[in-house]
This record gives sequence, structure tokens and C-alpha cells, in this order.
Amino acid sequence: MNALAAFAEEFVKGKIRVVDLTQTLSPEFPNISLPPEMGQAWPFRIEEVSRYDERGPAWYWNNFSCGEHTGTHFDAPVHWISGKDLPNNATDSIPPERFIGPAFVLDCSPEAAKDADFLLTRQHILDWEKQHGRISPKSWVLMRTDWSKRHDPVEYQNYDEEGQHTPGPDVDAVQFLVAERDILGFGTESIGTDAGQAYHLRPPYPCHYYMHGAGRYGLQCLTNLDQLPPTGAVVFAAPLKIRNGSGSPLRVLALIHG
Amino acid sequence: MASAPVQRSLDRPKRKNPVLRTRLPTLPPAARSRVALGLTAAAALGRFELQQCGECGMVQYPPRESCQSCLSVNLIWKIQKPEGELLAQTVLHHSNDLFFRERLPWRLGLVKLDCGPTVVAHLHEAVEQRVRVRAMLDRAGQAVIAALPSKESSDMADDRQLREFTCDPKQRKVLVTDGKTGLGQALVKALAKAGADIIWVGHSEPWKKFAGFEDLQKLPQVTLLPLDVTDSKNVREAAAEIAGKVDILVNNAEHHRSSGIGNRQGVETARAEMDVNYFGLLRLAQEFGPAMRSRGADGKASAVAWVNLLSIYAHANFPPHGTFSASKAAAHSLAQCLRAEMRPAGVRVVNVFPGPIDDEWNQLLPPPKLAPDTLARGILGALREGVEDVYPGDVAQEWLARWRDNPKALERELSA
Amino acid sequence: MVLAAPVTVPYVRYSIRSAHWWLARAFSAVMKSSNLQKGEIDGLTVSSFTLAPDTAIGLTQHLGLSPRWLDHIPLGGASGVVALRRAARAVQAGDADVVACIAGDTNHVDSFRLTLANFSQFARDAVYPYGAGGPNASFAFLTAYYMQKHGAKREDFGKLCVAQRANALRFACSLFKKSLTMAEYLAARPIAEPLHLFDCVMPCAGAEAFLVLSEERAKKLKLPYARLLGTIERHNAFASDPVQMRAGWALDRDDLYRQAGVGAEDMDFVETYDDYPVISLMQLEDLGFCAKGEGPAFVRKHGFTWDGSFPLNTSGGQLSVGQAGAAGGFLGMVEAIRQLTGQADGRQVKSAKLGLVSGFGMINYDRGLGSGAAILGSSKA
Repeated sequence: MNALAAFAEEFVKGKIRVVDLTQTLSPEFPNISLPPEMGQAWPFRIEEVSRYDERGPAWYWNNFSCGEHTGTHFDAPVHWISGKDLPNNATDSIPPERFIGPAFVLDCSPEAAKDADFLLTRQHILDWEKQHGRISPKSWVLMRTDWSKRHDPVEYQNYDEEGQHTPGPDVDAVQFLVAERDILGFGTESIGTDAGQAYHLRPPYPCHYYMHGAGRYGLQCLTNLDQLPPTGAVVFAAPLKIRNGSGSPLRVLALIHG
Repeated sequence: MASAPVQRSLDRPKRKNPVLRTRLPTLPPAARSRVALGLTAAAALGRFELQQCGECGMVQYPPRESCQSCLSVNLIWKIQKPEGELLAQTVLHHSNDLFFRERLPWRLGLVKLDCGPTVVAHLHEAVEQRVRVRAMLDRAGQAVIAALPSKESSDMADDRQLREFTCDPKQRKVLVTDGKTGLGQALVKALAKAGADIIWVGHSEPWKKFAGFEDLQKLPQVTLLPLDVTDSKNVREAAAEIAGKVDILVNNAEHHRSSGIGNRQGVETARAEMDVNYFGLLRLAQEFGPAMRSRGADGKASAVAWVNLLSIYAHANFPPHGTFSASKAAAHSLAQCLRAEMRPAGVRVVNVFPGPIDDEWNQLLPPPKLAPDTLARGILGALREGVEDVYPGDVAQEWLARWRDNPKALERELSA
Repeated sequence: MVLAAPVTVPYVRYSIRSAHWWLARAFSAVMKSSNLQKGEIDGLTVSSFTLAPDTAIGLTQHLGLSPRWLDHIPLGGASGVVALRRAARAVQAGDADVVACIAGDTNHVDSFRLTLANFSQFARDAVYPYGAGGPNASFAFLTAYYMQKHGAKREDFGKLCVAQRANALRFACSLFKKSLTMAEYLAARPIAEPLHLFDCVMPCAGAEAFLVLSEERAKKLKLPYARLLGTIERHNAFASDPVQMRAGWALDRDDLYRQAGVGAEDMDFVETYDDYPVISLMQLEDLGFCAKGEGPAFVRKHGFTWDGSFPLNTSGGQLSVGQAGAAGGFLGMVEAIRQLTGQADGRQVKSAKLGLVSGFGMINYDRGLGSGAAILGSSKA
């Protein structure tokens, strides 16, 4: 029996579980907010078309609107200026095999609980690898912070007069993961793969800058990372096939053993 | 002779008895000839105007098509001296009209105006021989003349009959849809000062903090209410929670950017302006309208008013803020639709057309600009007087005059 | 010119019939009373509020008449006097030989309200929005002003109402069958202060009519008649008075008495238009029975029953018979004819030779616009 058939058999038997890493799309879910004078991404909004009523007697359906970067979403390289000229850099041109990959889950939840501006460093990654093994190429690195457990939008967004305070990778960590681990992409539980105060790093927003500049991807607003093992999960993250899309909301699923 | 009991102060309304059916709204007689609507047009702005003959100067009443003295048809609506002599008064104990029948006894007076005509007027309880008159909109949205004491007193507005025509926030429950802006905060404070019982303060994007907003929570009347007028579900849920209690809805939620057509690529900004300024109004009206309409005559603290923060730009586009102007024009048209739909319930739709407010989006405009406190006071004043078209501040007043005089000239002046 | 064939179609509070029915009954009663055929009545005036959408012309086809002279007279309480004037000129000029003047209205439960709602542009724009739904407020003002200015008391008005009720009890067509005491008058519930229940007429259905013809013709027909000695009319008089305290009669009364060659003191009875008691007082003053403002003193001095010192509204007036719409403007005229032809059974003023009938009506805004009066004499006067 080939690997795929074996997988299918194990899956049907329930030996392989699915963990949903996706937040529900609803108008309440916090949306990215840029300074007022800039263009804004739409929050998720949904308008009923009919609900078994005079507008449509036997059916219920809605129209919805949102930005490409609303809710749990995928960032394509074309999203950032550093990736704008790369080949196959949009949601419709990324080779589909890139939408599946093993996941390495780095638990930073204790550090994030103490410091909302926690920055993941190269040293943190090397220390993690000492325990769990080397991060393999073409894989997702997911930064678990348990940020998704902040159900109050105010706490999730975590703003003060200086802006947003959420954890993320520092410049060196990103460069390391790209140059020395050849990863597929970086995923976080907060809005943004970069830390909330990453505007003040040099360059600003290093995760976007270097990941997308190297033709890699991002995943944001993930949840249930605490249900994944540090290694061994396989993540399916296929964005909508939007022509020249910079990203899209999507369903991110992880397969784990048992 | 007049035996109606004199009210000393406004009694606090009792809690509503849930066992009893809610009284449905009735309206005073609403039919008017077209020429009589001149009185209504002036009263909507808070002005007392009567026709005056352009040839012989005689002041006319009731409104008519030709001068009762010289037959000239050159009759011009002009502001008149609002004073007169009370000739006689009566108290109605019987009426065929449902509205008045429900509100008997009702005081009326016959007033000889200093400017000439004799008028029938609703009579304030504290009048003496000399009276001041005011043209007010009644619950049917039509102008009627009220005779008031010649000296203003602090509790004058508490007169039972006067309160039937005004939208006084005293002892009423008010929703301010955006309490975060300078204007929103000023409105909340002014409403608390005016004696509102409950003030729900709507706010969106709770993670964005604005100075002064936290202070509002210290006011005992204030309840914060998550409200994003771009989110239909949120508006529906907010309405489900409070619409049955809202007496006055002040929709000051506004999205304002300073761009025209060519100086901003894409439709995103204009879309956002429409989504808040126009569709926001539509969502609020759909969700809050029905409950408010059913409470147009619900006891002493009934649903009375819906205030829309529009802009003087609604009448004439201001190209530097061109898409904002267009969204306000759209909102204005929709507000007129809302006015027609609220009319049978006697709920007054009050449209406010300020010139530039002194806020961040008008930073580059030269003064005069309207301070939020001043604008809030203007809105409260309009509610107290029952006015429905409000043009607060010098810029609004001037643009209104120019627009009425020659709208095409204003269009050219604004595109200079 | 003379008046004959006084007809009242007995009043009822409510009727499901249309005005056409009431007017038809009035017309056929006049035919019966005068023994004339349809074709012999060649002139017609019609007064009615509820005949709409028809006017006099529609009624001609409805009733199968072919008059050679026709007038529609929509002047409310002034209709009787004005119809008489129009008809008399027609007969005088030879445009008609016998004119039937008829007035009548039906009364459904919503008639009064509907009539008022569309009464006049000024009323709709400047009176009804204030809640009275009719002339009550305007006349309350008038009454209050009169009381203030001339010292009239409620008892003065009450005296007229009580006397008229006594008169009405002797008139079979009247709606009111119970007597009224001063105590009951004063204790009645307020309508629009200072007007109380018995200061206001009761709207009802009914009709009135009479014939106008030449004395020569009346004699030939052997009809009892009253002679027309003088008439006046005036509309929108004293328009600059801030409150109505006088109407057209004050301007033209001297002419009225001169036409008739008599004075006020010669009248054996007076029929005023009494939609409210204060208007009766105004008519008595303006028609010279007392000076302006002396009404209260006049009232206190006299007795107004049919057998009193000053017989007034001898069949009860509208206040005690009922107001059958425009027929209210005819009530006094028809009663005057009866008095002068000895047909006022049970309330006949002794040796009645001269009578004055006054009409007033059409409260367009804040005052009655139409006014008129006629002096009639018996055939022996």
C-alpha cells in the first residue's frame, strides 16, 4: 500500500485527527487598524440576503465583505514591497504544493504572558531545537503565544497611546529562519506576523520584509496552537485563488497523530 | 376662568406599567394648504415668519394668496416681531380630534400680534396679558403658533402643552451613537446637564482609546454600549437591547476624510464614508425605527426625536471634502425619507447641518470652525425648541443664505 | 313680495338618509302646504352642507324639477335671509313667479366631523390644528372677550337658553323635550371655557322651507302670508376688529328700518341666529335693541319666552330645537312666517304684526362672515 492509501486508511479509522487552527469569521473579530489617514482593510461584515422569507422563501444566504487580511488569513509575498517582483508571488500563482507543509510549534506562551512585546530571538529558536530537533526546510514555524485565548477584543488588540503590543519575531530570528532553515512561512496567533511594536525595529516589520522578500508566506490570527505537538503536525493552508491576491482569509487545518 | 391645574414643576414620570397596552401615537390635524406651509418652512428653522405685502406692507394671517388690503400677490415671508396682546383665552374640555381628545383639558388663546393680525395660539399656562409668540412644529410636523410668557423662566419648557411639541431631553432616555468624538463627548455632557435620565453612549473599536471618553463613564446617567454602525448584526443586537426605551436617538457617528475624487486613488475611503454616514443611518433606522415609532405617545417620556449629524456640505458639495460631502448628501436624502416614515408616529427627525467642526479632519480649514461644545449646545437647543432643520454656527448660516439665494452661485464659489 | 308655506321637516338626531331625502321632503311639504304643482314652482334656492357632491343643479334632476331660476346659497346661518333676498329680487324682476327656498342637512355619526374638517382653508390652516375641531374655540374666545369687556355673566346667557327651551317645548319638531333650569344650565359640563354644554347647539338632521311670491299671487292662491318689508346683508364687515364684537347689521340697520318704515321698538318678536348665546346678544345690540355693550343689562331687564316682554326665538332657536346644518339658517325665518300668519300653535305671540329675522354664519376663521336681517309684517301690518 502506498503512503497516501495508508494515510487515508488511518484517517478514516480516526488515528489521524484534525485540529482547526481557524478563528470564526464574524463582525466581532478584531480587525487590523492602520493610522486613520491610510487606506483601511475592511472588517468582516455580513448582510442577510434572505432567510426563508419573502426575499427568498426556501433558502437562506448572505453576502459578506472583508479584506484580504481579515480574520485568520494568509499573506502572499506580493503583499509586501520586498516581494512585489518575485515570480509566483500572489494567491493565484503560488504553486499549490506550497499550501501543505509540516509545522514546528514554538511555545512562547509563558514569555508572552509576562511581556506583551516579547520578541522571539535566534537564541530562543536554537534552544528550542536543542529540545525538539532541527526545523526542517519547507515547513511552517508557528509561534504559539496563547494570544487566541484573549477573547476580549480590547485585550486581543492590546493598544495604548504607543500603539499595539503583541509578540512577534525579532529581525535576526526572521533572517535566521529564512537563510538557515529555509522555512515555508511564519504563523502567529495575533494580528500580524510581526510584533505589535515592529514599526520601531530596523527594518520595520522584519517578518513581512524578509519572509515575503524571500518569497515565503505568513499566517495570522491562528488558534488552537496549544493542541499541536511541537513537531509532527502537518498544516493545510490554501488561500482563496484571488487573481493577483495579496492574501485571503482561509481555513487552516492541522493533521496530528491520534 | 381657566380651571386647568397649574403645574409647578415637571413631575418625574412613573415606571411604565407592563400590564397596560401602550398608547399608540395620534397626530394633531396635519392638513395645510400649500401657502400655509410657508409657516412650517420657517418654523422648521426656528423662525417666526408671516407673509408681508411687498406693495403696501400689510402683514397677513391666515396665510393667503393675495394681500387682504391691496390685492397684490407680491407676498413675502418675513420674520415678524413675535409679541402681542392676549385678547381672550379658553380651555378645551371637548374635542373631536383624537390627539387633543387624549390630552384634555387644553389651553388656547386669541392673540393680537403687534405686527397686526389676530391669531389662535396654543397657550402656555404661565402667560399674562403680554405674550411672546413662537411658530413651532407640532407633533404632525406642521407649524402652529404658541403663546408663551413674555419673560423666559427656568421651568418654562416644563409646560405640559409645550412638551407635547418639543423634544426636550429632560427626563428622557437618549442614545448617542458615537461617544468617542469631541462632539460625542460634548453631547453626552450637555444631555446630562439638560436632565436626561439615561444616556446610552455608543462606541466602536473599543481597543482605540480617546482622551476624555473614560470620564463619561463617571456620569451616573451614562451606560456604554458597543455600537458599530457598519455592523448590521451589532446594530440589531443593540436595538434589541434598548430600542424599546430610546426616546431620542442622536446619530453623530461619522466617517470623515478630506479628499475629493482625483486626490485619492480608489473607492475605499469613499466607501467607508458611505458605510458610516449613509448606510449607518439606514441600519440604525431599520433597527431602532419600529420601536421608536410605537412609542410616539408613550406617556410623559415618549419617543420624540431622531437627530442626524449631517453637514452644510449636504446642500452644496465642498470639493476638498468631496466624497464626504456626497455621503452627507446621501444621508440627507435618506433622512428626509426617515422623516416621512417617522411622521405618523410624531417622532421628529432633526437634521443638523454644521459647517466645519474644529476637529482633526478640518485641520487645514481656516476659522471660523465650530467647537464641539458649541455644536452640542446648538443641538440641545434645537431639541428643546422642537426645531427640525438646524444650521449652527456662522459658516452654516452663511452657506445656507447663499444656497437659498442662488445655489448655482454657491456651487461656483465652492469650486473656486 | 311675500313669504308663505312655512315648512319644518321634524328633526332627528341621526339619519341614515342623505341630504337629498330631507330636501325632497321639504319640497313636497311646501307643495302640499301651498297646493301647488311641481311645475308651478318655477324658482328654487338650495342651502345644504351635506348635499355634496351635488349642488342645487343636481337636485333639480334628482327631484325632477325644471326651474327657470336657480340659486345655490352656501351661507350657513345667513342662508335664510340671503335666500329670501335672492328669491324676492327674482320675483320682483319677473325672473320667477314662485320660488321655493329650501334648506336641509342629514346627520350621520361622522357628518359633523367631516363637514368641519373641510369647512374652509383658513379654518384648516389656522384653527383646527389647535384642537377645537369646530367653531367652539373661536366662540369661546368671543364669549370670554365679551364677558370681560361688557361684564356679562354666565347667568345672562343662561337666561336666554332657559327661555328658549321653554319655547321649544311648545314646538313639536324640536329635538329637546325636557325643560332646562338655570341651575342645570350653570352646572353643565364645560366644552370650551366659558362655553358649557347648553351654550352649544346639537347637530342633527332636518329641513326647513318657505315660498316667496308676489302678494297678488299669494292672494289668488289663498295662502296665508307674511310681507317682506325690508332686508339687509353684509359680508366680512369690520374686518380689522381684532375680535368680532359686531357684524354687518351695525352698518346697515338704519337702512333696514328705513326700508320697513318702522323702528326696533316696533318689533313684536325677534328671531336671532343663535349658534351661541353671545351671538344673540351681539345681534340685539347691532340691530338697535340696545346699545353696544348694553346686552347684559338688556337681558336682565326682559323675559324672552314667547309670552315674555321680549319674545326671542319663539320656537326655541337652534339651541333648543337643534341645528340641522344649513336649515339652522332658515329656522328663524320659518318660525317668523308662522308667527305672522297665526300658525305658531301653543306659542303664538299675541297680535304679532311685525317680526325681525336675523341671519349670521360661515365661521371662515375666527368670526362669522355672513350677516343679514329681514323685517317681515303680517298681511294686516
